[in-house]
Amino acid sequence: MSILVIAEHDNASIKPATLNTVAAAAKIGGDIHVLVVGAGANAAAQAAAQIAGVSKVLLADAAQLGDGLAENVAEQVLKQAAGYSHIVFPATAAGKNVAPRVAAKLDVAQISEIISVESADTFQRPIYAGNAIATVQSSDAVKVITVRATAFDAVAATGGSAAVENVDAVGDSGKSRFVGREVATSDRPELTAAKAVVSGGRGLGSAENFKILDPLADKLGAAVGASRAAVDAGYAPNDWQVGQTGKIVAPQLYVAVGISGAIQHLAGMKDSKVIVAINKDAEAPIFGVADYGLVGDLFQEVPALVNAL
Amino acid sequence: MKVLVPVKRVVDYNVKVRVKSDQTGVDIANVKMSMNPFDEIAVEEATRLKEKGVVTEVVAVSCGVTQCQETLRTAMAIGADRAILVESAVELQPLAVAKLLKALADKEQPSLIVLGKQAIDDDANQTGQALAALLGWPQATFASKVEIADGVATVTREVDGGLETVALTLPAVVTTDLRLNEPRYVTLPNIMKAKKKPLETVKPEDLGVDVAPRLKTLKVTEPPARQAGIKVADVAALVDKLKNEAKVV
Repeated sequence: MSILVIAEHDNASIKPATLNTVAAAAKIGGDIHVLVVGAGANAAAQAAAQIAGVSKVLLADAAQLGDGLAENVAEQVLKQAAGYSHIVFPATAAGKNVAPRVAAKLDVAQISEIISVESADTFQRPIYAGNAIATVQSSDAVKVITVRATAFDAVAATGGSAAVENVDAVGDSGKSRFVGREVATSDRPELTAAKAVVSGGRGLGSAENFKILDPLADKLGAAVGASRAAVDAGYAPNDWQVGQTGKIVAPQLYVAVGISGAIQHLAGMKDSKVIVAINKDAEAPIFGVADYGLVGDLFQEVPALVNAL
Repeated sequence: MKVLVPVKRVVDYNVKVRVKSDQTGVDIANVKMSMNPFDEIAVEEATRLKEKGVVTEVVAVSCGVTQCQETLRTAMAIGADRAILVESAVELQPLAVAKLLKALADKEQPSLIVLGKQAIDDDANQTGQALAALLGWPQATFASKVEIADGVATVTREVDGGLETVALTLPAVVTTDLRLNEPRYVTLPNIMKAKKKPLETVKPEDLGVDVAPRLKTLKVTEPPARQAGIKVADVAALVDKLKNEAKVV
């Protein structure tokens, strides 16, 4: 049995979600190959070859593969698909974009955001915003899967010594064109990979007030997140959103400030190791999942907490 | 040009679902059902394109049980011109829905198909991408802005780390993210008008599609419950707990 893992990378390096995805592949069991699709991505392929447990790296390198257009990437994956029993993607924006396209072309049912591997054909995945866990079995010849990164401990990024093999790139589909990218700049850790996350909700009241979280995040070395309400109100950029329809995080410490705790938000953070809630409403649902709750005015409690740390 | 908008009838997002005690699924009997929130955004976007004069006809489609007619009436109250129900009592998984929609697209020949990015019940996030693949059309998922001119859809997408813009040659498939628009409230006069709009019903067999589920659900269970936490009196107590009990700072 051979497993093809599609790498998440920025051409120069491998993104952490790839390591969690390889961990899930290792649980399925079998020969693990990694496919790097990119432009000028030799460095990423070399990094992939170092990942523990990977036996081969396939590199498809061409200008038309550089911007991750779903049409081209899916074609490339399909070109490489023969002989693999499992094709596994990280459940990131890029992975979710491409995986169903590959599955449909193979005429198989894709399995989304698995959180555990029961056997080579049986997996667990959350449904209804994480309010229920479904155990599903696939009878398809090829299993196309996306992996929820926070549910699997990352494998070591070093220690492997796989060979890198260049494969022929597919041509440009001509149906779509990359126009541009607007990257939100941040010198904080990446939200999904951070050890600690400080999140703000509608209780913050304005984008200006959101800055009250910065000193706390600095003290904790934390990433800053936001609830959907805060994002919708324009207090925070949308790629900060933690929840069912945003990012799924599971840090060591999650501090929810001014967040009521709607189910859509809880779906994104309830697997955090320790949850702290600061809210003035003692009845807020967030206190139902918080390990430590502090009832009070966040504009006093947050600065006090920064001073006390 | 014509736009096809697939909509799904799901458990209302405010309802906290319960897992059935026999672990066969979640209990959706007597639970409030609504249009999937991302699909409302899709219908709204199609309607706005029509109001701008870019689009001439908006066709809403739903696949599932007879009651999906209500969801289609809602879509028509927002602004869809007519509706098609693919009626089936079988559990329809994303691949089956994508095949049904492909068959309808072959028949209706739309220039654009706008879907929600995911349904809030199965949380699959697959149908739009699978449909684009089956049709051989380009796709733009997680759209937060759509502009159409000269046979090209320019779409801004929400991706990890920011935004990305792609240009698609029509026909194309777009899936909506939350920030694409704010769906309008349906007014009573529009609900009345929607009752008079045409709603056609077809069966999967008519479309020649095999809808048998591919994934077998062995069981559905409650997620592991978190241990009940405590409330602390003040910041000093909180810091003490984090340092000495949880040891996370």
